[in-house]
Amino acid sequence: MSVLVGKDTRLLVQGITGSAGGFHAKQMIEYGTQVVAGATPGKGGEKFEATAANGGGKAVVPVFDTVAEAVKATGANATVIFVPPPGAADAILEAFDAGIRLVVCITEGIPVTDMLQVRRVLEGLKGQTRLIGPNCPGIITPGACKIGIMPGHIHKAGHVAVVSRSGTLTYEAVGQLTAMGVGQSTCIGIGGDPVGGMDFVDCLELFQADPDTHGVILIGEIGGGAEERAARYIKEKMKKPVAAFIAGTTAPPGKRMGHAGAIIAGGKGTAAEKIRALEDAGARVAPTPSDMASTLAGMMK
Amino acid sequence: MKIHEYQAKQIFARYGVPIPKGYPAFSVADAEAVAGKLAAETGSPVVVVKAQIHAGGRGKGGGVKVAKGGAAEARDLAQKIFGMQLVTHQTGPAGQKVRRLYVEQGLDIARELYLGAVIDRDRRRVAFMASTEGGVEIEKVAAETPEKIVTVHVDPAVGLAGYQCRQLAFALGIGGKETLGKFVKMMRALYEVVLKEDCSLCEVNPLVVTKGNDVVALDAKLNLDDNAEFRHPEWKDLEDRDEEDPVELEAKAAGLNYVSLDGNVGCLVNGAGLAMATMDIIKHFGAGHGVAPANFLDVGGGANQEQVTKAFKMILKSTKVKAIFVNIFGGIMKCDVIANGVVAAAKELGLKVPLVVRLEGTNVELGRKILNESGLAIQAAGTMADGAKKVVAAVGGGK
Repeated sequence: MSVLVGKDTRLLVQGITGSAGGFHAKQMIEYGTQVVAGATPGKGGEKFEATAANGGGKAVVPVFDTVAEAVKATGANATVIFVPPPGAADAILEAFDAGIRLVVCITEGIPVTDMLQVRRVLEGLKGQTRLIGPNCPGIITPGACKIGIMPGHIHKAGHVAVVSRSGTLTYEAVGQLTAMGVGQSTCIGIGGDPVGGMDFVDCLELFQADPDTHGVILIGEIGGGAEERAARYIKEKMKKPVAAFIAGTTAPPGKRMGHAGAIIAGGKGTAAEKIRALEDAGARVAPTPSDMASTLAGMMK
Repeated sequence: MKIHEYQAKQIFARYGVPIPKGYPAFSVADAEAVAGKLAAETGSPVVVVKAQIHAGGRGKGGGVKVAKGGAAEARDLAQKIFGMQLVTHQTGPAGQKVRRLYVEQGLDIARELYLGAVIDRDRRRVAFMASTEGGVEIEKVAAETPEKIVTVHVDPAVGLAGYQCRQLAFALGIGGKETLGKFVKMMRALYEVVLKEDCSLCEVNPLVVTKGNDVVALDAKLNLDDNAEFRHPEWKDLEDRDEEDPVELEAKAAGLNYVSLDGNVGCLVNGAGLAMATMDIIKHFGAGHGVAPANFLDVGGGANQEQVTKAFKMILKSTKVKAIFVNIFGGIMKCDVIANGVVAAAKELGLKVPLVVRLEGTNVELGRKILNESGLAIQAAGTMADGAKKVVAAVGGGK
């Protein structure tokens, strides 16, 4: 068990003919992910070749012009997007329209007004479709399915879930867990952009419902109010231990956040506020980023 | 990206947002000439001379002055403001040198209000905020009298609705039919500005109602979404390099994410979250010993060896850096690329301060081997905490 992705995930790669898309498609195939199709407008009919996992020989992936064609021909039920920023929001909308229920967007640098549109369409899909990202490392169920750009070898199958707004901090947490011999159920990088898809609460709901997840590491950062919403959920609904870390305690204010944005959040953007909210909710906050795994382990004894 | 008031107003004018008549000036003589021109055009000798810097609170800092006597007085004021080191609550104590002025017609003001549009990341909508407390810092209003800020959220599928504009207008006490119509029209034009010009912030503070019942944007502040730069080639002309930190500009040109800070430990990290966390952990162990990060530097996931070399050179060149902490968790970024970049930069410029390196992730063995064989005096660290403790000790504290 795990959440969202597993052995039966059939993955489409949008932008498979680009350098990033091609490189990571190969890595995902090597990891054992079932990559069933690629899509790049104008490249339909081409073949993408890679080395399959566990010495399984050569994998040949058909490329289609449109996502709809790819889904019809291959039964793809998830997609990962490596399309550059000018076309990325459009690629997400195309995936929604083709009926794909899990859309993972890796692309960094999508204009926020584009994401406002995407988010509006997503809300109309009433929770049937999930978007992870953009500007994120993706999602992995160790040993079963890797969708994204995270280094597969640092993971180990197990029972701790990780959800994070930061890519490299996710690796840091996973590295600490694996070094302690603790495996992971599913790790989700939700991305660092101000407007995106799944947030902490969406992920916590899934982790709470997953019998194979026994504890959660939540990694947040300054800005916005997503950690405060997560704290409310933890207090009211979460029955599993949650360890957290909030990056940016020492970040100078104003360098990253526009001042009017902080007003909207009602003073909820600071690390101190987030840490207090999470601790009040019963989560344990790691004193330093080096203590994420040990903090959770202390709660799970 | 930030731009000047006069540039924001030029954009406003294109979208039909009413602004006072005005002209930019790049010297004192310029200011006198455009003040004379303005007085002739408006039939009034009253003009306002405004310092143009990328920070708010200019009036309080002495950067905005009214000349009632036309061009000659405008010249005197311009002489005082031009070249001054303007200090406001947003510039920091060093202030910002004034290199550009904006000379604008004076208006007969009846009321000063606040209107701003921002991306509300929690609601995933453009939010318009209005307040009767115009001309003062909105942060202060939000902190002290939040009930005086009224907010509406725009559904991107529908656009800004008329009733939402009227909601804000009535909350501001704008009731007269003529003025109401003008306010609604202005708000709609501002929404167009936000969408088409890719603004992350659009603020009119103050928005004024004149004694003649006109609604005018007396100030204008636009922040542009850096992610949208690819579809705005015209933004190149709006850039004012004098307003930016030269080191940050150099980093940006090299495709690096760099922010200068006040401390003494240079940091080179991959990933924004890990870079922030690295600053946090240095402060955590170093706070009692006067040790703090000198910079935030995220080399990103896709940097090549040249970019890493450039990044490390920027740290080596800084005189305030007393020790360096390289903290890498390789994902897409390979540890050997980092190691090669660090070694190349250190060989070229020389390594005069202690260097602590923590490498983990993709190609870590190769990276460690390159560092070991480089002959550089490097302290290896096993974990982030270990590295942070070592770098704090290297600066002279926490032993």
